[in-house]
Amino acid sequence: MSGTADAVIRIEQLHKEYETDAGPVPVLKDISVSVMPGEFVAIMGPSGSGKSTFMNILGCLDVATSGSYRLNGRDVGALNRDELAHLRNQVIGFVFQGFNLLPRASIEDNIALPLIYRGTPGDERLRRANEMLAKVGLATHRASRPNQISGGQQQRVAIARALVNQPKLILADEPTGNLDTHTSQEIMALFTELNERDGITIVLVTHESDIAAYAQRLVRLADGRIVYDGPVAHAEPQHLEATT
Amino acid sequence: MISAMLGEAWLAMGANRLRTFLTMLGMVIGVGAVILMLAVGQGAQQQVQASIASMGSNLFIVLSGSTTSGGLRMGGGAAPTLTLADAQAIEELPSVSAVAPSSSGTAQMVYGPNNWSTQVIGSTPSYLTVRDWRLAEGFPFTDSDIRSATRVALLGQTVVQNLFGDESAVGKTIRIKNSPYVVLGVLAQKGQSLDGRDQDDSVIVPVTTAQRKLFGSQFAGTVRMIMVQAESAESMPAVEKSMNELLRQRHRIRENADNDFSVRNLTAAANTAAETAQVMSLMLGAIASVSLLVGGIGIMNIMLVSVTERTREIGIRMAIGARGNDILLQFLLEAIIISIIGCLIGVALGVGGALLVNKISGMAVVITVSSIVTAFAVAAAVGIFFGWYPARKAAGMKPIDALRYQ
Repeated sequence: MSGTADAVIRIEQLHKEYETDAGPVPVLKDISVSVMPGEFVAIMGPSGSGKSTFMNILGCLDVATSGSYRLNGRDVGALNRDELAHLRNQVIGFVFQGFNLLPRASIEDNIALPLIYRGTPGDERLRRANEMLAKVGLATHRASRPNQISGGQQQRVAIARALVNQPKLILADEPTGNLDTHTSQEIMALFTELNERDGITIVLVTHESDIAAYAQRLVRLADGRIVYDGPVAHAEPQHLEATT
Repeated sequence: MISAMLGEAWLAMGANRLRTFLTMLGMVIGVGAVILMLAVGQGAQQQVQASIASMGSNLFIVLSGSTTSGGLRMGGGAAPTLTLADAQAIEELPSVSAVAPSSSGTAQMVYGPNNWSTQVIGSTPSYLTVRDWRLAEGFPFTDSDIRSATRVALLGQTVVQNLFGDESAVGKTIRIKNSPYVVLGVLAQKGQSLDGRDQDDSVIVPVTTAQRKLFGSQFAGTVRMIMVQAESAESMPAVEKSMNELLRQRHRIRENADNDFSVRNLTAAANTAAETAQVMSLMLGAIASVSLLVGGIGIMNIMLVSVTERTREIGIRMAIGARGNDILLQFLLEAIIISIIGCLIGVALGVGGALLVNKISGMAVVITVSSIVTAFAVAAAVGIFFGWYPARKAAGMKPIDALRYQ
């Protein structure tokens, strides 16, 4: 399942180092991985395994030291800041552990925010935002502020925001990390629905095996390298081991 | 896009109202002070210019010298050294456009039940030319009135008010020192002189009448003062020089002896006053501008704090697709909105303050559209200038660093 031209994510021999006073510290070593449209991938790994850095590079928030990364067919390494912003806006939808909503703006305005940077006109923005609100089941909360709704609801709003620009790929960084078990299941059910019904590619970082179990494919990182890449169903128990 | 950003800027400003207000206050005070100071400064300048214009332009005053009598030194103008003939001789000099000899004194005058004491100036018809003084009603006296020393008078507005009230004065006969004088004309309003005297509180009569019939003189034909008007400001030094030479010659003053007269250049003094007023006005504006600058620095300060506080928000915006320019525009817009609203309030306060100053102290104030436009432009520029650096700082953040900021 790698090497095909129309992969959403195609990474080859990617390295990432951080410069410190004691010299460069490698964080990701020789990562090669491809994700095809419609896949649902869970990334697991212990702390310090490089999964957050990997996620940031996938999300075009950070750049690799060497190697190639093609997102939706475009060579990310060759893009400037504005072009990266454009990719984040149109190709990727982010869902964070801490929700990352703007506290001052209404739910509706939060969801419409990516559309502002796309240059969508005002009434169209509102129409799309409300469509997304309905999709995540929060149509009655459009005028609320983020602090007036529960954590699970805030994460739904964040998912609606990630969906509003109809992205190819959703990157979720421990989306259930701040939620209780029941709410986590609801959020994961929503992701599964988006993946199965709408065919949206999802890459999700988690340290819980029952969350990873919602995905079809597991990528396990340890010490900056991929130690397992295959169907969740075939993973060895230690690859699904919960990490903190 | 812009309208959405304006809405966001509004929200951000509304989120911390007290801080926004205090930031704005810097601009309000700065702009208010500039407008108020310019209004007061320009008012003073205008007043000085009006006074100068009322005096007449390109003027010299030639005064007779002083005398000493029994050890008592009399002031300038006491010696009977200047004559009407001197005045006629000066008139012949090149570049001299008008000459008005005058001798004045104070006299009591009566009309009907009213009486009034005022300055009586004895002079020639050219006095009106030299002083740039028009008649509101009637006619001036002529050279034949000078020759025959007729009892005619031109009254200033204040005198007319005190003697006649609302009645018309032209053609009436008043008594000055118990002799009858026909009022030929009424002088136009002239207002205060530079030193605050009421120029309208005076009466003009032919110089010969003043000398022979009103005040008398031991030395017939002498005057205390001759006013000389040069054709232009450029010719004034030449006129002064030739006038000095002429009078020394006529008065037969030896090579090393002092003048028995003195020449004063009124225009030079007036110009100095005008320049002083202008410098004052500029200085007031400059001092007020400093507060505008301080206001601008206040904006920069708060915007820097705001950028740091909202680092995470900037990270979120970048993660969902905001480009550097979008972030730059957002913070710049906030700074500009604060400046412009502050400026609007400042203009209102400045104009209100100027009117209040005028009402309370009676000081002249001039509020010009150009000073308001200037204050406005400066405020917008200050907003952009001092908003630029914090906005650049925000726009230049790395998305990942901003997003991780706690």
